[in-house]
Amino acid sequence: MAEFFAMGGYAWYVWMAYGAVALVIAVESVTVRARRKRAFDELRMSLEPPRPPSMPHARSAQ
Amino acid sequence: MLINWFRFASPVSFYPIAGRWSFAFGALAALLAGAGLVVGLWIAPTDATQGDAYRIIFIHVPAAWMAMFIYLVMAAWSALALGFNTRLSAMMAQALAPTGALMAALALWTGAFWGRPTWGTYWAWDARMTSTLILLFLYLGVIALRSAIEEPRRADRACAVLALVGAVNVPIIYFSVQWWNTLHQGSSISLTAAPKMAMTMLAGILIMTAAAWCYTIAIVLSRVQAIIVERERGAGWLESLIELRPRGER
Repeated sequence: MAEFFAMGGYAWYVWMAYGAVALVIAVESVTVRARRKRAFDELRMSLEPPRPPSMPHARSAQ
Repeated sequence: MLINWFRFASPVSFYPIAGRWSFAFGALAALLAGAGLVVGLWIAPTDATQGDAYRIIFIHVPAAWMAMFIYLVMAAWSALALGFNTRLSAMMAQALAPTGALMAALALWTGAFWGRPTWGTYWAWDARMTSTLILLFLYLGVIALRSAIEEPRRADRACAVLALVGAVNVPIIYFSVQWWNTLHQGSSISLTAAPKMAMTMLAGILIMTAAAWCYTIAIVLSRVQAIIVERERGAGWLESLIELRPRGER
C-alpha cells in the first residue's frame, strides 16, 4: 500500500494533480447545490405575501 | 423515436428534465471515474521512461479535451441564443462557462505537475500551454462580462459575441503542436493511426474521458437549474417549481 502511494518516487506530482481534480469536483458540486438552494430561497421569499406594516424592518419582497 | 423537441426549448419544461438527466449522468460519472481510476492507477503498467509520473495523463488529457470541447459547446449555444433569441440557449452558455474555466485550470495545473518531472519545468511559454492559458482567460472574461452587465438579456448578447469571437482560439490550441515546434509533444491518440501506448493506458484515458463528459453534463444541468430559478423569477409558472425543489434543500 505504501508502495502505491509512493508512486515510484513521483508521489508529489501525481497526488498534487489528482488532489486538485478531487478538490475542484468537490467544491464545484457543493457551490452549485448551494446556488440552487439560494435561488429557491429567494424565489420563495418573493412569492410570500407582503409583510404587514407593523414590522417596519421586515425584508421586503423584491 | 418520437421526441417533442419543443419541450426542451422552454425553461419551465426543461427544469425537471435537467434534474433527472443531471442525476443519471452524475451516477454514471461516479461509476466511470471509479473504474477509470482502478485502470489508471493500478492496472496500467508503469511507463518505461516516465515511471509513474505519466499516470497524470488519465486526468490531464480528459481535462484538456473537456476545456476545449466545452468552449465549442458554449459558442454553439451562444450562436443559437444570438440567432433565435432563445432564453434557454443563453442559460446553457451561462451554465457552461464556470465548468469550462475549471477544466482549463485543471488542464494547466495537472500539466504543470506532469511537466516538472518529465520536462524539468512547471511552466514554459510553449504554444499549446500559452493558448490554453488564453482559453482560461476567455472563460474568465465571459464570466466577468456577465457579472458586469445588470440586465440579463443584454449580458446574454454581449457574452455570446465574446464566446463566438474567442472560439478561434480552440483550433489554435488543437493544432498548436503541429504548427509550432515548442515544448509540448504531439498527440498520442489519433483516429487514423494505431495507439502509441499500451491498451490498458488507452482504456484508462478513454474511461476517464467518458467520466469527465458525464460529470460535465451532470454539473452543468444542475447549474442551469439554479440559473432558471434565478432568471425566471417573476414568471408565474415558477410557483410550481417550489414543488420540484429537491429533497433535503428545505
